[in-house]
Parts: sequence; C-alpha cells; structure tokens
Amino acid sequence: MDLGPFLLLASLEGLVQAAVLSLSALGLCLVFGVLRVVNVAHGEFHMVGAVIAWSVSHALFGHPLFGFLVALLAAPLFVGVIAFTADRVILRKINHNPEATIVATIGMLYVIQQSVLIGFGPDARAMEPPFYFHVNFPWFGYSGYKLSVILMAVALLLMVWHVISRTRLGLLMRATQLDREMAQVFGIPVGWVYGLVFAAGAMLAALGAVLIAPIRQVHYLMGLDPLLMSFIVVIIGGLGSIRGTLLAALVIGMSDGIISMLFSPTLAKMISTLLVALVLIFKPEGLFGQHKP
Amino acid sequence: MMENSGKRSLALHIGVLALLSLLPFILPDYHHLTITRIMILAMFALGYNVLFGYVGLLSLGHAMFFACGLYAAGLPVYHLGWEVPLAFLFAVVISALAAALIGAIALRTQGVAFMIVTLMFSQVAYLATLYFSNVTGGDEGLVLPEHARRFEILGMLVDLTSPQVRYYTALGLLSASALIVYRWVNSGLGREWVAVRENESRTGMLGYNTFLIKLKAMVISGTLSGSAGAAYGLLFAYIGSTFASIQYSIDALLFTLLGGAGTVLGPILGSFIMFYLIDFFSGHTTAYLLATGVVLILLIMYFPLGVLGTLRKRWLHWLP
Repeated sequence: MDLGPFLLLASLEGLVQAAVLSLSALGLCLVFGVLRVVNVAHGEFHMVGAVIAWSVSHALFGHPLFGFLVALLAAPLFVGVIAFTADRVILRKINHNPEATIVATIGMLYVIQQSVLIGFGPDARAMEPPFYFHVNFPWFGYSGYKLSVILMAVALLLMVWHVISRTRLGLLMRATQLDREMAQVFGIPVGWVYGLVFAAGAMLAALGAVLIAPIRQVHYLMGLDPLLMSFIVVIIGGLGSIRGTLLAALVIGMSDGIISMLFSPTLAKMISTLLVALVLIFKPEGLFGQHKP
Repeated sequence: MMENSGKRSLALHIGVLALLSLLPFILPDYHHLTITRIMILAMFALGYNVLFGYVGLLSLGHAMFFACGLYAAGLPVYHLGWEVPLAFLFAVVISALAAALIGAIALRTQGVAFMIVTLMFSQVAYLATLYFSNVTGGDEGLVLPEHARRFEILGMLVDLTSPQVRYYTALGLLSASALIVYRWVNSGLGREWVAVRENESRTGMLGYNTFLIKLKAMVISGTLSGSAGAAYGLLFAYIGSTFASIQYSIDALLFTLLGGAGTVLGPILGSFIMFYLIDFFSGHTTAYLLATGVVLILLIMYFPLGVLGTLRKRWLHWLP
C-alpha cells in the first residue's frame, strides 16, 4: 500500500481509538472536576462494561444487533449501580479525601478485577460485532462497524454535553463543582450529587467499553490500558477541564493509533507518556487547566 | 525522658533485627527462602516509607526504582560479566541518579498529579523493559549466569547458592537500611520532612526550600528501593519485567500502609503480614490479589494509621 492510503487507514484507526478514549477520559475528568478525586478503578469499570456486553450478547439469541443494543443499556446501568454503591459505602466514609480515595480505589481495582477473574475466567473472549459491512475506499475496505463507533461516540458526547449544560441535574453538578459548601447551603444534596457523578463517570467508561468490545477482545486485565490512557489525556488536557480533555483525547488517540500502526503499540504508549512529562515540565496545570484557587 | 525514649526505641529496633537473625534456627526450611524474600521487599518498603510516611508524598511508581536497581545490577552481570559487588554499587549509584532525575520532574506537580505522574513514569519504565526485550529479556526475564553466584569480598568467598548466605545477606542489607532510615528520620532532615508533610506552605514560608527537602527524600527513597531491587536480582539470580509492573508499586504502598506509615519498623511488619496473607490466599484461589484489594479498602476505611501507627497513638508514644 502507498503511504497516502496507509496514513488514511492509520488515521481511521486513530479516530476509533480517540472516540472511545474521549468517552472514558471524560468520565475520569467529570469525577475529578466535581469530586476532586482520582478514580484509579476507572479502567475496571471499563472492563466490567465490556464483560457485561459480552455476556449479554452471548446470552441473547437472535440478531447480534439486538444483543448489542441491550448491552448498550445494561452495561452502563450495572456499572453505574456498582459505582454509586461504592461511592456511598466506601468513599463517603473517608470524606473523599484525595489521597485516601486513591488508595481506596486501588483496592476497588483489585476487588473488581479479581472478582471478574473468578466469575468470567482468565480467557480473552471475542464478541460478535452487531453488523457486518465494508465501506470500500478506492485502496482498501474498512469495517463499517468501526466507522459507526466514531459516530456513536460523538452522539454520546453530545448527549453528555446536553445533560451538563441544559438540564437541572447538570446545573446541580456545576453548582457543586463551583462551591461545595455554598451548594450545600442552598439545599443541594451534595452527597447524592457526588454519588451520581461518580456513577456517571463509571458509566461513560462502560459505554466506551461496549463500543470497543466487538473490535478488541474481552479480558479481565483489559482495564489497565484505558486507565493509563485516560490519565494521560486528563493530565494533558488539564485536570477537570472538559474542553481540554476532549481535545487531548483526539490528539492522543490519533497519535496513538497512527504510531501503533507505523511502529509498535508499546512505543506509542511510551511516547504519549513521555509527552505527559513534557507538558508537566512546561505547564504543570495542563494545557487548558486553571490554577486552583 | 527524651533520652530514655530514644534508648528504648533503639533497643526495640535492635531487638527486632536480633530476632530476625535467630529465626532460621527456629523455623523450618521452607520459611528461610520466604523470609529472605520478605526482607528484601521490606527494604523496598522502607525506602517507600521515607517518601510516603515522612514526607507525605504518595508515589504510585516506586516499582520503577526497584526495577532500575534490578536491571542496573543484573544487566552488567549478564552481558558484561561484572562481579557482583561492583554491579551492586553501580546499581545503587544509578538508582540515586534516576531518583534525582525523576524527582526533579515529578516534584513540579502537587497532590494527585504527583501520584499520576509517578504512575505514568513507572509505566514508561515497564514498557521500556518490554520494548527492549532483546537486552532485558522482557517478560520472560533473564537468569543470571553461574559466575554471578559466587564472589570474593575482603578475602572471603561468598556463595549465593547457599540459603544461609542469602538469608544473612538480606538481613544485613535490611538492618543497614533500617538503621540508615532510623538515623535520618531522627536528624534535622527528618524533622524537615515531617514539617513538609504537616504543612508545606508554612515550612516554605519559614524559609525552608521545600522542593529541595522533598528532592532529598526522593533520592534517598529511590536509592533504598533501587538497592532492594539490586539485591533481589543478585540474590535470586533472576531479572524480569514483572518487577517493574504497577503491582510492585502498589505492594510497597500496601506494606507501608498496613504496618504503619511514618514508623521505621512499620514497613517491615507490613511486609511480613501481607506476604504471609497472600501466600495463604494463593494456596486457595487464583484470585489471591483479591486479598490485596480488600485489605487496602479496609485499611483506608477503618485503620488508616496501620498496625504500628495505631499502637503508637494509643500506647507507645515513644515509637519513632
């Protein structure tokens, strides 16, 4: 293949990567923005989402599209309930102290991951894509499902944007983010908002996982990669900045996809990680971050 | 009073080390190797504790220092045929340099960003060991050659295949590290560390260079962790990527937290408890890391000071 078409193929792969990454990084970013904590178990919520997607599509007969649509609802719901409970039971008890939360979510990471290992087993399993068709470019054919992933991710991102900026729930969230005590004084149930946002963050990771599950294999250790990639994106974008996160997800996802195709995935990860170091040296608050007051 | 408590705590530390030196005579053979391993990991946790317990910086990337020592010691032995003592010294120096470099970059960030950045750097180190697998052996690792199993130092022949020699080498290294940490935390520098932990901006306001204080802690912590890694590689004649994985960073955190962060003996105690706990679980289920998760959550929820931290708060106020 010539270099031009090859680059096009690589950028398409990068776009798919960026689409899923932006969902999961946005989840991490929301949680950090409102609760001021980092959720290390984020990747495991992603993994659980994929496992649910696989189980649902495997258990249901009929057209795979049907199973996929059910999974698109069931996975975030299931993961959301787990995350909400975890927040109310564990994180509330330690007052969402940033350092204690990191330790607690590391614990959650192991508990979730190992429980899935017990229930799901150590094998990687493939999930059937909901539909097959090829989009034929002049040089190569490309999976229509992968293209639809990009569209679905964009649709989901628009929905999130709508909820945050146009609904009452989003208003409560933004109020809590701006000034927790003042929100409490105005009668906003801050504890519930925290729980809901934590759940919403996890649900975004799970949604991304449902989209990617038919492309990648489902495995109990698959959570680490999205976690680290989301960290990279969130730091480069500036902790808590939605705009920065989305832009960084696009850049990192694309570059990761392209470098993975041209050289090797390991090298791609090393480069993006070192990029984080560079950003931190020259701009410790991230590209779009603001200094904390 | 001060004098008295100082003597008491020194006696306790020496007592613990003396107890460890007697253990091989009491316990069956199986435990010799296990305890040797635990002592090296305890040394790693001791290093971790300098940063986490005394300066209050939570690093999620100490596996990279451990692995740095491991590879800096193991690779020259494997590829260049270096002698063991030379390789060990080399590893100590390299770990110190690595810690200084990483520290200078990572310490520019504050709070949670520091944790994420250390995690990321550690991940780069891990990926690098995989990427350059023709040198490092990657996942499968390298087994050190026969010539590295025995060496002569000060006219004595040391045979590392003997379990006794390994046990006492590990104990010697652990004791040295414990005493170094003990000396340091009771010095002026140790007080500066605690001052930074308790209130960094006030310490800065009083005219201390907090960045430099933190960097010193980082270098000491990284060097101790690296030495532990070097000792692990040389004693057990194996180096591999696993030691650079996140798992090991978390282990150091867990051991320290369980035993009691900010106490000299805490990490040692934590390493022993946790190692045997995991050993017990892995006999029953493949998902033994579940224990790690549960212990972490329970600790942080109900027991944030760890075993020795709680003891100190309740009864033994003199514990360092």
